[in-house]
Amino acid sequence: MGEQVTFWVLAVVSVGAALGMVFNRKAVYSALMLGTVMLCLAALYAVQEAPFLAAVQIIVYTGAIMMLFLFVLMLVGVDSADSLVETLKGQRFWAAVAGLGFAVLLVLAFGNAVFTAPSGLGAVYQENGGAVGSLARLIFTRHVFAFEVTSALLITAALGAMVLAHREKLRSRPSQKELARARFLDGNDPSPLPGPGTYARNNAIDMPARLPDGTLSELSVNRTIARHDVEDGHLPADPELAEAIRHAAEPEFAETARVKRELDAESSAAEEEAK
Amino acid sequence: MTTEYLVLSAILFVIGAVGVLIRRNAIVVFMCVELMLNACNLAFVTFARQWGNLDGQIIAFFVMVVAAAEVVIGLAIIVTIFRTRRSASVDDANLLKY
Amino acid sequence: MENPAQILGNTAGGVIGFSWLMIALPLVGAAILLIGGRRTNKWGHLLGVAMSLGAFVVAVLALVQLLGLDPEQRRQAVHLYEFIPGMVDMGLLVDQLSISFALLITGVGSLIHIYSIGYMSHDPERRRFFAYLNLFVAAMLLLVLADNYVGLFIGWEGVGLASYLLIGFWYFKPSAAVAAKKAFIVNRVGDFGLLVGMFVMWTTFGTLSFAGLGDATIEQNGTVTAIGLLLLLGACGKSAQLPLQSWLLDAMEGPTPVSALIHAATMVTAGVYLVVRSGAFFFPLGSTAALVAGIVGTATLLAGAIIGCAKDDIKKGLAGSTMSQIGYMMLGAAFGPVGYAFAIGHLITHGFFKADMFLGAGSVMHAMNDEVDMRKYGGLFSKMKVTAITFIIGYLAIIGFPLLSGYFTKDGIIETAIEHNPVMGWLAVAGAGLTGFYMSRMIFMTFFGKARWDKDAHPHESPAVMTVPLIILSIGAIGLGAFLVLGGRLYQWLAPAVGGARDFVPAFHPFSVPGLSTLALVAVGVVIAWFKYGKAEVPVTAPRGSFLTTFARRDLYGDALNESLFMRPGQWLTRLAVFFDNRGIDGLVNGLAATIGGSSGRLRRVQTGFARTYALSILFGAALLTGALLLVGNL
Repeated sequence: MGEQVTFWVLAVVSVGAALGMVFNRKAVYSALMLGTVMLCLAALYAVQEAPFLAAVQIIVYTGAIMMLFLFVLMLVGVDSADSLVETLKGQRFWAAVAGLGFAVLLVLAFGNAVFTAPSGLGAVYQENGGAVGSLARLIFTRHVFAFEVTSALLITAALGAMVLAHREKLRSRPSQKELARARFLDGNDPSPLPGPGTYARNNAIDMPARLPDGTLSELSVNRTIARHDVEDGHLPADPELAEAIRHAAEPEFAETARVKRELDAESSAAEEEAK
Repeated sequence: MTTEYLVLSAILFVIGAVGVLIRRNAIVVFMCVELMLNACNLAFVTFARQWGNLDGQIIAFFVMVVAAAEVVIGLAIIVTIFRTRRSASVDDANLLKY
Repeated sequence: MENPAQILGNTAGGVIGFSWLMIALPLVGAAILLIGGRRTNKWGHLLGVAMSLGAFVVAVLALVQLLGLDPEQRRQAVHLYEFIPGMVDMGLLVDQLSISFALLITGVGSLIHIYSIGYMSHDPERRRFFAYLNLFVAAMLLLVLADNYVGLFIGWEGVGLASYLLIGFWYFKPSAAVAAKKAFIVNRVGDFGLLVGMFVMWTTFGTLSFAGLGDATIEQNGTVTAIGLLLLLGACGKSAQLPLQSWLLDAMEGPTPVSALIHAATMVTAGVYLVVRSGAFFFPLGSTAALVAGIVGTATLLAGAIIGCAKDDIKKGLAGSTMSQIGYMMLGAAFGPVGYAFAIGHLITHGFFKADMFLGAGSVMHAMNDEVDMRKYGGLFSKMKVTAITFIIGYLAIIGFPLLSGYFTKDGIIETAIEHNPVMGWLAVAGAGLTGFYMSRMIFMTFFGKARWDKDAHPHESPAVMTVPLIILSIGAIGLGAFLVLGGRLYQWLAPAVGGARDFVPAFHPFSVPGLSTLALVAVGVVIAWFKYGKAEVPVTAPRGSFLTTFARRDLYGDALNESLFMRPGQWLTRLAVFFDNRGIDGLVNGLAATIGGSSGRLRRVQTGFARTYALSILFGAALLTGALLLVGNL
């Protein structure tokens, strides 16, 4: 009876978690759901007289593999939520058909099979010195070859992961000397340009910023704010600043700004070509 | 009880399979594959108990080891692809076609 | 009749044992020049001449050895190797007939080789020219020296190949390329006859060697007549006899030494050789095949003469004359051993005087910037005396001027013909008159009268390397006829080889009715020519002329006939075949291919590159498998 209760609770939880994993937009949630399923399964193993596997399930799967998944999720970008819009035509429909069909077939097969009461593993364990001992005996006797091959597989996998994840450095990092020489060689002003705010006289958001050469940048003012300044009469006393804000507030300004940007791009392209 | 365990295993397997089919994020697809492997393991463990034979558990054990190796390599591949394409969508890696 | 082959079986020693060298030397020369390529350019012509001269020396030594033997022993067999086991033993037959040919081929051939050094000196491809000439000499020697029809056939095809290569030597000229192709194709018709003749011969007699045929008893029945006619077809092809004459006039597209050597002196006489060689077996006196050979010869000698009358191209005129003279030979070859002797005699003297005239024509062309139109010659006598005099000697020889070569040999043929078949004989007399006319026309238009040269022509005498061969050839043109014919010398020399009574001397009546009337007719022809082309002004552009002139200018409509009889139906057939091929076979094959291609094109869309699509199909497959297993009850 105890097993029945355990099973049904865990079955419902694991199926729900599995569905949650598949249908959650965020990969991190999916990972957590998968962890849940694995823990449920570990418990089910324990119930089914497989304590060693239950432990391994928790340690290896939930412990190591799920952590690896989470690490990679962090690398790839944890905050990105997948779009759930299907791009392949008919993929969802046919996936549902195939999945349902397959599930029905499997359930039919299992449902039709008539099982006797489980023989249980108690006798086996008793003969071979406990659950872990009897597994160990089998692994290191009958399955020792497969076991050794598995060890080779693990080493290969570790090496492969290193090779795959390794990023080749194509050139050595430039030294300070090289950086300095590069800066002076092109003949421009060797000193760094003044930092932001060097020419600033106020820090209000509606005041145009000054470019490194001291000129005003009309593009730095939001048009909506500039319009409010003009309509409410909050223009600064400095005529140059006032003119710039008025200019930025004009409805055509967005358009002229766009045209100006394009012209700039064109002229710089022409310069490139001339070079 | 055996039948119930097996049906649970089948349902989890199919959920994993459908997940592989409908999710585009390579990492999630990979998780679904892991779910399918786990579902199989459950069936193996169930059969081991049913027949009083430890071979089922041995197989499940090896499946776990191989799954670990596979995850390591698979995730490394995903990272490499992501590095070059800035995308972890399995649909973006579709150059090998007609 | 005595069987000429019965005295065979002497195994040759001495120089004759090495007579294969005659073939091998020029063959090696050709191989070196062709394989060596451009690096042999400097000395290639000298090697070619040396190889040809070497073959000539071997031939002369072989002749000396033959002369030292008893006439009964002068048929020497040289066994080389077993060619087709149980069927053909390859060997050489050195006898009076073949050595005569070998001397003509190597002698005249060597002179023409030497001449070509000068004639081709400006051609960048001179080395290739000499390679082909050597190849030709080797093949022609194999043709005349082989002791069986298979060897003869190999040589036959070899000279055909060399002729093709040399006619098309200036292959960049479309006319030359087409002429070469035409010669090759027309010759195929004749070769087909020769080949089938050999097949029938093999099934009938079980042998293809001359010795084997000599041992066999040959009755004149339908089969033998058929063999004779088939061989005659081959001879017609090679010797440009009617109805396979059309290629020879176009063959003048080749360089002039080629026209002299191949298309006047040697290769075109191979047909006569074939008829004479097979004479004892398939063309005995009075047989149907011999009669047909006589008819063909008569028709051709008239046709050639008529064509020669109208041509303004000096080489084509000479080509018509060649046709005509070979017609005489064929006519002579139709009348048994006596006729053979005169035919071979005419063949040899013709080889000399026609080569002389062709080379003379080449010399004139050389001087006139390769102009071949006689209407643009005239008055060349004073400019190039050696050429003119040697040419005139050749001319006198061919028209049968008394005591020159052609006089003896042609008169012999005419007399023999009149004796056996008066109709053919008197037609041959008429042909002699035509010869007198057209050859005189050529002489008057070329060397006499007013100069009608193009503005940039500066005629000059050719170098010694060209004139010396001319002089040697003209000496042959003067004296060879008398030497061969008087006293029946050639007849008695050839008699053991071709059959015929050995102590017989063929009659030679210079003052008989035919002889005198021939001379008279020739004289009439010369006089008419003098009035028309010597005394009168020759217009530079050809006048339209009568129907008969057009008829002759168009080669007696031979090409038109071939075109309408063979070419057009052939083209229709090809078109039909092409249509069937395009629509029927190609349609089927292409349709199948298009079906497969189209369906593959659609099917390949399945490979979308999306891993998820593939996974879906895998899941479907798994479901199907599970379902199948459930159905059969194993799960």
